[in-house]
Amino acid sequence: MNTFIHDLIEINRYQPNHLLHILRAVQAHYHYIPKAAIEQIADLLAISRTQIISVIEFYSFFHLTPQGQYEILISDSITDHLLGKHELAAYLEEQLNLKIGEVRADGLVSLANTSCTGLCDQGPAGLVNGHALPRLNKPKIDQITALINQQTPLEAWPQELFQVDDNLIKSDLLLSAPITQGEALQSAFKRGLKETLNELDISGLRGRGGAGFKTATKWKFCSEELNDERIVVCNADEGEPGTFKDRVLLNSYAHQVYEGMTLCAAIIGAQKGFLYLRGEYLHLYEKLEAILAERRQAGLLGLNIINTDFNFDIEICLGAGAYICGEESALIESLEGKMGVPRNRPPYPVTHGYLGKPTVVNNVETFLAAASIAVNGGDWFASIGTDKSKGTKILSICGDCAQPGIYEYPFGTDIQTILDDCGASDVLGVQIGGPSGTFISNKEFSRQLAFEDLATGGSFIVFNEQRNILDIVNNFTHFFAHESCGFCTPCRVGTSLLKNQLDKIVDGHGSAGDVVALEELCQIVKKQSHCGLGQTAANPILTTLERYPELYQAQLKKISYEPGFDLDGALETARRLAKRDDAAAHLAQVEE
Amino acid sequence: MSKTITIDGQIIPFEEGQTIMEAATEAGVYIPHLCHNPEFTPHGSCKLCTVNVNGRTCSACTFPAMEGQQILNDAKDINEDRKKITQMLFVEGNHFCPSCEKTGNCQLQAVAYHLNMLDDHFPLFYPHREMDASHAEVLIDHNRCIFCTLCVRASQQKDGKDVFAISGRGINKHLIVNAESGLLKDSELKATDQAAHVCPTGAILIKRTGYQIPIGERIYDHTQIDQVSLNSENLQHDN
Repeated sequence: MNTFIHDLIEINRYQPNHLLHILRAVQAHYHYIPKAAIEQIADLLAISRTQIISVIEFYSFFHLTPQGQYEILISDSITDHLLGKHELAAYLEEQLNLKIGEVRADGLVSLANTSCTGLCDQGPAGLVNGHALPRLNKPKIDQITALINQQTPLEAWPQELFQVDDNLIKSDLLLSAPITQGEALQSAFKRGLKETLNELDISGLRGRGGAGFKTATKWKFCSEELNDERIVVCNADEGEPGTFKDRVLLNSYAHQVYEGMTLCAAIIGAQKGFLYLRGEYLHLYEKLEAILAERRQAGLLGLNIINTDFNFDIEICLGAGAYICGEESALIESLEGKMGVPRNRPPYPVTHGYLGKPTVVNNVETFLAAASIAVNGGDWFASIGTDKSKGTKILSICGDCAQPGIYEYPFGTDIQTILDDCGASDVLGVQIGGPSGTFISNKEFSRQLAFEDLATGGSFIVFNEQRNILDIVNNFTHFFAHESCGFCTPCRVGTSLLKNQLDKIVDGHGSAGDVVALEELCQIVKKQSHCGLGQTAANPILTTLERYPELYQAQLKKISYEPGFDLDGALETARRLAKRDDAAAHLAQVEE
Repeated sequence: MSKTITIDGQIIPFEEGQTIMEAATEAGVYIPHLCHNPEFTPHGSCKLCTVNVNGRTCSACTFPAMEGQQILNDAKDINEDRKKITQMLFVEGNHFCPSCEKTGNCQLQAVAYHLNMLDDHFPLFYPHREMDASHAEVLIDHNRCIFCTLCVRASQQKDGKDVFAISGRGINKHLIVNAESGLLKDSELKATDQAAHVCPTGAILIKRTGYQIPIGERIYDHTQIDQVSLNSENLQHDN
C-alpha cells in the first residue's frame, strides 16, 4: 500500500486540493479507503485525518468499509422506476444472491442504490465500479452475473454493455450548427475582447443551469475584480434527476464547450480553468482528456493561444456522488478537496471563488452558447426566444414518451408542442426542471418554456395517466433527504422530517391535521434553508399539493389522530415473557 | 456621519465590515443564536439568527450590515420559525433536560425557553448515538451534539489544535475526533482548552464538575438568554 499511495500523492504533486482525485484512485484500487491509507495521505499532504474522513463520509462513492471488487450501483431515479427498476433490482438481488445495501460474503460484489445517473433516456441504468451500464434488462443481468462470478476483469467485459447513446433528436440554433475548432477565439480576438463581451451582453444569454443570471454581467463583474488570478469553472455536475443534456454536449460538442471556457478566460483574464465532471460521467473522462490534449496540440489551450500572449489551460476534476456539488459554491469547495458544503454569501464566487480568487462558474450549455455567440454575434441569438429569455434551451426529455432524448427549442415554446414532438400521449403531468422545479398538470400545457414562466436547467420528465403522483413525490422527497449536505438545521432536519411525514401519509398512517402539518413543514424548509437545495426540496410536495389536494386527503385515516407511538407493539416483549396473547394483554391504539 | 441600519424600527449605527449580528449586539439588540460566538469566525448554520433584510431571509451572523437595511428581527412570524428550528434541533438528537447535567447552563434549553417552546412539535428521531468517556477529564455525549462546530472552531482558532471535525452528510452528520483510534483520550485535547468549554449544549462536558453549582442557581435559571448573551458578548468585545 505504501508505494501505491506514495506514487499517487506524487502524481498529484502533494496538493491537498487534489484530495478527491486521490481518494477516487484509492477507492478504485481497494474498493474502500483503508485506515492506513488515510493516515498515510494525511501525513503526506500535511492535512488532518479528520478532513479526509469527513470527505470520505460526505461523498456517496467513497467508503470506510470494504465494498465488493465489483461495486454495483442501481440508479434510483424516478425515470428508472418508470422503466421497471423495482422488478429489475429484485431480479439482480436474486441472481447475485445479495440484498441492496450489502456486500456479498465472498467480498466479490456489493450492491446499492444511487441517485440519478443521467441515463434517464436509456434506463434502467446502473454503474459498475463507476462505469455506466445503460438499458439494463434480465438477459444483461444474467450476463453481468456470469462475468462477476467468473471474476472477469472489467476491461474484458463486452463493450456493448457500456454503450451510451446520444439520442439527439431535435436540433435548433446551437446544435444544428456547431462552430469549428478555434472559430470563437479567432472571432473574439479579431472583433476585440471588450466588443465580444458586448455581443454577449446583446445576446441576452442567461445561465443555463437554471438560476438564469445574465452571463455577460457575471463575466464583467469577475473581470473587474482586482486580482492577479482569475478562474473559470465549467459546472458539469449534472445531478438534477431527469437531466442528461450535458452528458451529450460533452460527448459530442466538447470542443465547443472548451472553447466557450477559453473565450471566458480570454475575456475575464483567467489562466486556469476546471471542468467539474460528475462522478457518474466517468465514462466520458478519457475522451474529454484526449480532447484537451488535442486542443493543446492545436494551440487552442496552453501558452500563446492562437499566437497571442493569452495563456490558459483546463483541468478535469471528477466528483464522487453528491448532488449538492451542483450548487456553485459547494462545487468550489469540492474542487478544493473538501466536503461540498455551500458557502455563506456574500462574498460571491465572482469575487471570492476557488482558493479565494475571482471565479466564473457556468453551466456546460452556457459555455457552448457563448462560443456560438462569439462567432455569430449577439443579435443572431437574441432574435430568437422571448423578451426575458433569449435564444434556445436544450432539454433532456424522458419518462413516458415514445422518443426520449435531447431536444433543442427556442424559448417561448409551449409545453404541448414539446409533448407532441416527443410522442407523449395520455399525459398526466410533466415535471419541469427536475425535483427542484415544478410539477404541472395536463391543464397547463399551454404554458411556456421560459425563465418568466417555466424555468428549467434541462430536466423534462413526462408522466402518463397510469402513474401515481404520490409515488413520484415520494421518490423526489427521499432524494432530497439523501442529498442534503446537512450544514443548516432547516434542511438537515427538515428534509428528513418531510420524508418521514410524507411516508406516514403515503403509507396510510396519516390522520386529520397531517397534511396541514406537512405543508407547514414545507414552508419552513423552503424559507429558512441555507441554499437552493433546501429552498426547493419541498417543491415536489408543494406543487402537487396545490394541484391535487384531494389525493393527499384521500390517504388520511378517518380518525382524529394516530399516536406516533405504537402502544400495542410496545407490549410485545411483555406478552412474550408472560406467554400471553389474550385480549387483556392487548391495548387499543386509539380509544373508540 | 456614521452609517446605520434599522432593526425593528430602531436605528443602529455600524462600522464597515460588521455583520448585522455584530452591529445589533453592540447596540444591545439580541438576535437569538446558537452556532454563533463572537470570538470565532461566524458559521451561519443553525439558522436561529434568521432575520428579514429588505424582504429577504438572511443569517444575521454572516450577513454584512449595509447602509439603509430595513431589518425585522423580533417579529412574530420570525420567532415562530426560530422556535420550529429549535424544535428540529431537539427532535434530531436525544435531549432530555431533566436528566442532563448541563440543564440551566444550556444555551439550547435557554433559547427554547426564550422562544416559548413548550413541546417538541415534530416526531422524535431517537437516533442511536454513542458516548466517548475515554478521556480522563472530558466527556463527549453525542446525543446532545447540534453540529454548531464551535468546538471545531475553538480548537483551530484558539487552542492552535485541530481536535474536532464534523463528518458525514445530511441527517447522518456527526462529530469526529482527530485521533488514530477516534477516541478523545488519544487526541490532543486538554481540559483547559477552549474547545472543551465552548459547547452550547451538554455534548462536551468537563467530568466531575456537573453538579458543583446546584440546579436552580445556574446561569439561565433566573436570567433570560438575551440578557446573559448581550452582557457577556459586549464584555468580551470591550476586552
